[in-house]
Amino acid sequence: MSGMAFLDNVLLFGRLLHDAGLDVHTGRVLDAIRGLDAVGIRSRAEVRATLRALLVHRREDMPTFDRAFELFFRDHRAPAPGPALFSLGERPRVVARPVPGTALRVTLEDEDSRPTAPPPSRAAGAWSPAGLSRTKDFAEFSDAELERARELLERLPWRLGTRRTRRWGRADGGEVDLRPMLRRSVTRGDLVDLPRRERRVAARPVVLLADVSGSMERYSRLLLHFVYGLAHSGARVESFVFATRLTRLTRSVASRRGGAALARLARDVHDWGGGTRIGESLRTFNTQWARRVVRNGPVVIIVSDGWDRGDPRLLSRELARIRRSCRRLIWLNPLLGHAGYEPLTRGMQAALSRVDDFLPAHNIASLEQLARHLGALPARTLPAGHARGGRPIPR
Amino acid sequence: MRDLPAAVPPDAGRLTPPASIEDLQQALAARHYVAGRDLAVAIFLALRLKRPLFLEGEPGVGKTEVAKVLSAVLETELIRLQCYEGLDVSHAVYEWNYPRQILEIRLLEGTHALDRRSAERELFTEPFLIKRPLLRAIERTRERPPVLLIDEIDRADEEFEGYLLELLSDFQVTIPELGTIRADEPPVVVITSNRTREVHDALKRRCVYCWIDYPDAATERQIVLARVPAASARLAEEITGFVQELRRAELYKTAGVSETLDWAAALVTLDREQLDPATIDETLGLLLKNQEDIQAVRGDRAAAMLVRARAAGTKEAGPA
Repeated sequence: MSGMAFLDNVLLFGRLLHDAGLDVHTGRVLDAIRGLDAVGIRSRAEVRATLRALLVHRREDMPTFDRAFELFFRDHRAPAPGPALFSLGERPRVVARPVPGTALRVTLEDEDSRPTAPPPSRAAGAWSPAGLSRTKDFAEFSDAELERARELLERLPWRLGTRRTRRWGRADGGEVDLRPMLRRSVTRGDLVDLPRRERRVAARPVVLLADVSGSMERYSRLLLHFVYGLAHSGARVESFVFATRLTRLTRSVASRRGGAALARLARDVHDWGGGTRIGESLRTFNTQWARRVVRNGPVVIIVSDGWDRGDPRLLSRELARIRRSCRRLIWLNPLLGHAGYEPLTRGMQAALSRVDDFLPAHNIASLEQLARHLGALPARTLPAGHARGGRPIPR
Repeated sequence: MRDLPAAVPPDAGRLTPPASIEDLQQALAARHYVAGRDLAVAIFLALRLKRPLFLEGEPGVGKTEVAKVLSAVLETELIRLQCYEGLDVSHAVYEWNYPRQILEIRLLEGTHALDRRSAERELFTEPFLIKRPLLRAIERTRERPPVLLIDEIDRADEEFEGYLLELLSDFQVTIPELGTIRADEPPVVVITSNRTREVHDALKRRCVYCWIDYPDAATERQIVLARVPAASARLAEEITGFVQELRRAELYKTAGVSETLDWAAALVTLDREQLDPATIDETLGLLLKNQEDIQAVRGDRAAAMLVRARAAGTKEAGPA
């Protein structure tokens, strides 16, 4: 291939990657051309390694890159098997099978089709459940009520509690700050008022694991908006949903375009309405994700009704592990709001002795209660795994 | 082995990076570092394009080692900045030596020689400056630019990333009291991340990126033989076979290459020529550092892994 043609090809390849969702711009492509010049175009493997080192800077983009490379710089082998290239970019898990006739999907696509709707204004009194019963179960809501509840949930004022960071800031009290002190003592010659510093405070991160299996279906719709509202409250939120498998939503939720983001959620999650394997999902979380997302003493919130088809011992073990690595472990159960509900499912029994708080999540009042609770997290009282039975259930 | 390409003429004020990827691989191998092609290409590009090298991967795959070996290959100093939460300018770049400054003020006061204006000038000069790694890396005091290792950037907070972004784009530091210090020749920068959080794209975008995966069996065997020369070929084969099996199991924290090397060294110390289930159980703590993981693997499961590892080994050796 002549030099010029190759250059054109690299430019074109850069465009292709960009279109497939990779963070590639002209500067990077110019780097790639310089890089290829330095390495020399000798073998396919080297060209590939060069382009990859310079055009990719996220591990999750690597499969997309590899597949694009296979397609673009095709040698005469059979193309690698896999889904179409453009489905790999933005959302690597779009292997979704269509959800058979759930109302959820319809709602979300309606959302997507009116992206021009202005963002809800934060007018005075926006947070007042206008015409909505605060104690009515979500499951009994009509479509209109759901729509209003959705707006409320996205605007729920979350105060997530804080943690002291290792970073210093100027303060009124606290430790003496030597640098400005010395400055003043030289320029003014006195040490009358000592400048102080103290550790800065930051919002406590949140990790949310939400059950979206069949038995939770009545609540799933609102759960999504709950996740979305939380993620956009300014705190650092890592969100996952699970049924039989665990799916990370953080990146999709972080997108600013609400409706589109939620529609994407629905597509990302491949097992809406399936059975639940809570223990296994939490195990996946612990082995694949915990090291990356459980940092700085987060509050971990699990939302599930506890209907588990898996092994309760596994669930218990994985919960214990999560609890050891977080500041507080909260389990939200929509069924807890029903009069006479006793946590008798095996999953719930296993969970009871492992969580710090066991709270209802079936109506607006209970979610308001949660928001208040998060703002003032008490210190942990019981050591993990010691209590056998349940503990007093706050209603 | 060929002569290392690092035979630099003493007058050169700059680094002489290896001329080709093969040269680089050989130079690394001569220092007992086995680099796969992707990594070698990335290092080569970082040196040629004078870009920072961003290495990401699970703990214990040899990211930090790259910087160390590179400083040996380039025959230049290694400056290391270990990141942690709360790392700030006073620990990463520079700080004034307050005790010394206060002492100086006392001395001047004692001799009634304290003139405030000149004191301020004198107290904020180089003798009172404590230079931290980033400042040292761009100072013009040495013959050749050093290798700057910014280790585990994912532990530092985002504010520090912002600062680093600025530093890496112009390699200069401004100290209000002293002025701007700029590097003649930028240092070779190696940034590592264990990926306990996502490092911002803006920073990674400036770098040559390489994800270092766990090595395959053949490469890991080479690494063991290069790093633990006392291990026999047989033992190295058994060790890597077992570790490869172990990595297939779903564990909270699996064994990295550094654990493999520790284990190999331990087995050599114990005079083992080959593995057996009892030995594995006794020494499993060198591979796995998590009580639940050890409990899950110890015993029957470890024995089964050994059987599978040996079967895979003979299959691999068979057709050859």
